[in-house]
Amino acid sequence: MTGLSTHDFWAVAPEIYVATLACVILVIDLYVRSVRPCAAAYPLTIATLVSAGFLCLDGLFEPTETVLNGLVVRDSVSAILKSGTCFGTAAVLFYARDYAAARGLWRGEYLVLTLFGVVGMMAMIGAAHLLTLYVGIELLALCLYGMIAMERDSVRAAEAAMKYFILGALASGVLLYGMSLLYGLTGSLSLQAVSGATGTLEVNSLPLMLAISMLVVGLLFKLGAVPFHMWVPDVYDGSATSTTLYLSAVPKLAAFAILLRLLSTGLGEWIAIWQDMLLVAALGSIALGNVVAIAQSNIKRMLAYSTISNMGFLLLGFFAGTHAGYSAAMVYAVIYMVTTVAAFGVILALSRSGFESSDLNDFKGLNRRNPWLALLMLIVMFSLAGIPPTAGFFAKLMVLQAAVDAGFVAVVVASVILAVIGAFYYLRIVKLMYFDEVEEGVLTVSAHGYRRSMRWVLTVNAIGLIAVTPWIGNVMDLIGRSLMGFGLS
Amino acid sequence: MNLFNEHLLSLLIWFPVVGGILVLATGGDRQAMAARWLALVFSVVTFVLSVPLWTGFNRSTADMQFVERSPWIERFHIEYFLGVDGISVPLVLLTTILTIVVVVAGWKVIQTRVAQYFAAFLIMEGLMIGVFCALDGILFYLFWEAMLIPMFLIVGVWGGPNRVYAAIKFFLYTLLGSLLMLVALLYLYQVSERSFDLLAFHHLPLTGGVQTLIFLAFFAAFAVKIPMVPVHTWLPDAHVEAPTGGSVILAAITLKMGAYGFLRIAMPIAPDAAHQFAPLVVGLSLLAVVYIALIALMQQDMKKLIAYSSISHMGFVTLGLFVFETRAMEGAIVQMISHGFVSGALFLCVGVLYDRLHSREIATYGGVMKVMPVFAFFMVFFAMANAGLPGTSGFVGEFLVILGTFSVNAWYAAIAALTLIVGAAYTLWMVKRVVFGEINNPKVSELKDLDRREFGVLLGMALGVLIIGIWPAPLLDVMRVSVDQLLTHLAVSKL
Repeated sequence: MTGLSTHDFWAVAPEIYVATLACVILVIDLYVRSVRPCAAAYPLTIATLVSAGFLCLDGLFEPTETVLNGLVVRDSVSAILKSGTCFGTAAVLFYARDYAAARGLWRGEYLVLTLFGVVGMMAMIGAAHLLTLYVGIELLALCLYGMIAMERDSVRAAEAAMKYFILGALASGVLLYGMSLLYGLTGSLSLQAVSGATGTLEVNSLPLMLAISMLVVGLLFKLGAVPFHMWVPDVYDGSATSTTLYLSAVPKLAAFAILLRLLSTGLGEWIAIWQDMLLVAALGSIALGNVVAIAQSNIKRMLAYSTISNMGFLLLGFFAGTHAGYSAAMVYAVIYMVTTVAAFGVILALSRSGFESSDLNDFKGLNRRNPWLALLMLIVMFSLAGIPPTAGFFAKLMVLQAAVDAGFVAVVVASVILAVIGAFYYLRIVKLMYFDEVEEGVLTVSAHGYRRSMRWVLTVNAIGLIAVTPWIGNVMDLIGRSLMGFGLS
Repeated sequence: MNLFNEHLLSLLIWFPVVGGILVLATGGDRQAMAARWLALVFSVVTFVLSVPLWTGFNRSTADMQFVERSPWIERFHIEYFLGVDGISVPLVLLTTILTIVVVVAGWKVIQTRVAQYFAAFLIMEGLMIGVFCALDGILFYLFWEAMLIPMFLIVGVWGGPNRVYAAIKFFLYTLLGSLLMLVALLYLYQVSERSFDLLAFHHLPLTGGVQTLIFLAFFAAFAVKIPMVPVHTWLPDAHVEAPTGGSVILAAITLKMGAYGFLRIAMPIAPDAAHQFAPLVVGLSLLAVVYIALIALMQQDMKKLIAYSSISHMGFVTLGLFVFETRAMEGAIVQMISHGFVSGALFLCVGVLYDRLHSREIATYGGVMKVMPVFAFFMVFFAMANAGLPGTSGFVGEFLVILGTFSVNAWYAAIAALTLIVGAAYTLWMVKRVVFGEINNPKVSELKDLDRREFGVLLGMALGVLIIGIWPAPLLDVMRVSVDQLLTHLAVSKL
């Protein structure tokens, strides 16, 4: 243990900043009495997240350094992902506001839990040590359990929280067991040290394979990839839509980060062991997600399966273990987050006034009722399906290119055929919005009840998925540059 | 003027797209007239802009002209690379002409979501021109796929009763083929030391096995689009259900993209595989020419009949491409342009009838000539052109293809020539049952003849058909050097 300098603390300033302000907001919220819920807490939370988002960008493209006695790493990847997490969460809260307020969820605690979740994600993103990694994962998970369970009157929410909690705890156990085995084998919890122990261990030794398998299983569970995906649809469906939005979109950045830290930094030398596992999980996720999504009649469940298949694509970029693959996976994660936030944003805009628009049929004839929202949803759906000229296409393009480059042409052909199956259910939403008319007697949403400001943010969010096309190369470059030093060749 | 020429292709692509967005911005159906006029202005100006492409085109070189090239995604060496040669120029002009036709044809017929309808066609126009101009693999793919979105909406929103099924089938069929093409492009990117330059792919040495796989992947994309037997089944559905304008664009332009893809991508990149698969492609083409023509004979629905006739005529095109002979290939390209006019016009004729009686069944009609003489003239004229009557554009294309094929294999030519009989049979039989004969349906006797708008549209199409039919030399001149160069390239093995 060496002494800590201010430099060490400056490196984790964003985490400290968000955590401190979360405590402050919790207290302020208790003392500010107003007719509107969270009159003070909400603007403070948004201000915290936005300022933290900028704070994280400080130090972008400075040399990588490990601080706090090797617990936290500060590099360009973490700067970008942390910043993305903060801005993404701000957008999530912005969309969630009216929906959550209408259901009595909009309380100070909800915001504070969100903020602590952000701290957890930041810890995961900057983890250089298995302990930091685990603390980050658990902090985020506990906040999510709480946020889901907060909808007290809903049986489904309680069920979802319970399922998530129990299965999450199980996965954490597996992860911890893997970590402890790794510790036993290498004598250290630091990822750098683990990686340094490569030469001393036999690749085919059973304990090592067991440790890596357990770590991968734990990660796949957190990611919601096949075959550890069972919790995803139930949790998505049971949670209030505002919470679903939070837990489906933003943590994927952190999930990418822990995959990168653990598999590339820590276990990069043992790629032969985890590569096949990821391949099976990737193809399985793409297959199951796309096929089962077709059978869904609830948009939240449908998007849950869509997430599973999207995580499959993310893993597809990942498993090659090359720099191009990691870049592709990170671009995929970022674009996926932006797209998902927009998708749920539209759902939330539609379902505000005491009405859930979680059934697919609620989208019927949306083009008639609100052509602008329908157009935005159209763009989002085509982006999820990966049809050009949307950002979703470029994300898939990068992933497929990385896999072809690594020599996995057959895998790419298989995933592409499965993507066609997947296109069907995105098309179905478009079909409902554009081709179908509103049925008589069905309660319809006017869809004019949402805020004007929300309309603007949603517009920027969704149109941005197309408008970014001429500059998409700059996004790829930025992310590729930030990942310098990761991956083979 | 120089600056104009340097960016002419970009202008042709993006001007209609911007126009489409502006039309969309006119909003609801209360401003329908504004949307219509705006769409007309944009389509006419786009056509005017495309004229310099024809007049300023240097007919003595096979090189790409009006080239624009600038880096786009440098990480993957994806470029914004546009250019046209003698093969793509006629197709670009066909696109700009037919978009005007479609806009005018939809003027009164479309009464709901007017702005969206015209916006979709304008955006389509830009994207289709993009397909014909793109020389970068990813840029090509981008336009190729993006085009599906407006077409999907056109079929699905303004289409007939079974439109949803047709739209989704159309989309998924095309998507599957296209994604395999994407994999092939990615593979070529890897082999070519990191480039998506289609022209560089032409000169890329590839082994036989690789060529076979790449050709098959491209074949999946293009054969679906053309469409060739046995992946043609989406076309009758999409054609029948699409609104008139959608059918016109589908038949006249999007089908040509498949053939264009063979010319620009599949054949020059994998010439040995193209030769290797030529018997198969020729066989499928002849199957389309004869068997699909027989199916067309049996149709009760006019649009379905024209749809099957399209497949049959596109069989001629693929036949012309894959016998590797100058006249046949020129004939195939003329046939592409000609079919654009003829099938487009026939769909418009059916549209004229459908707007009046809301039926596409042949049996509904009969004796139309007695109440609509002017319309009857056009319908018979286009039917004749479809059957390949000398003096019309249909004759030039088919004749050149048969002539060229004959010098390669007399049997192929003999089978292909059968179409002159069967093709005449189904079109004339349809015309006989619809236009001639006695009036059996009281509603037919109340039909009104063409109004000025319809007359103008059909007259324009008829002029196109006649000009190409009587004086095809300018069209052949434009493409000659490019076709020769392509055939020279194809004759050299890459192995």
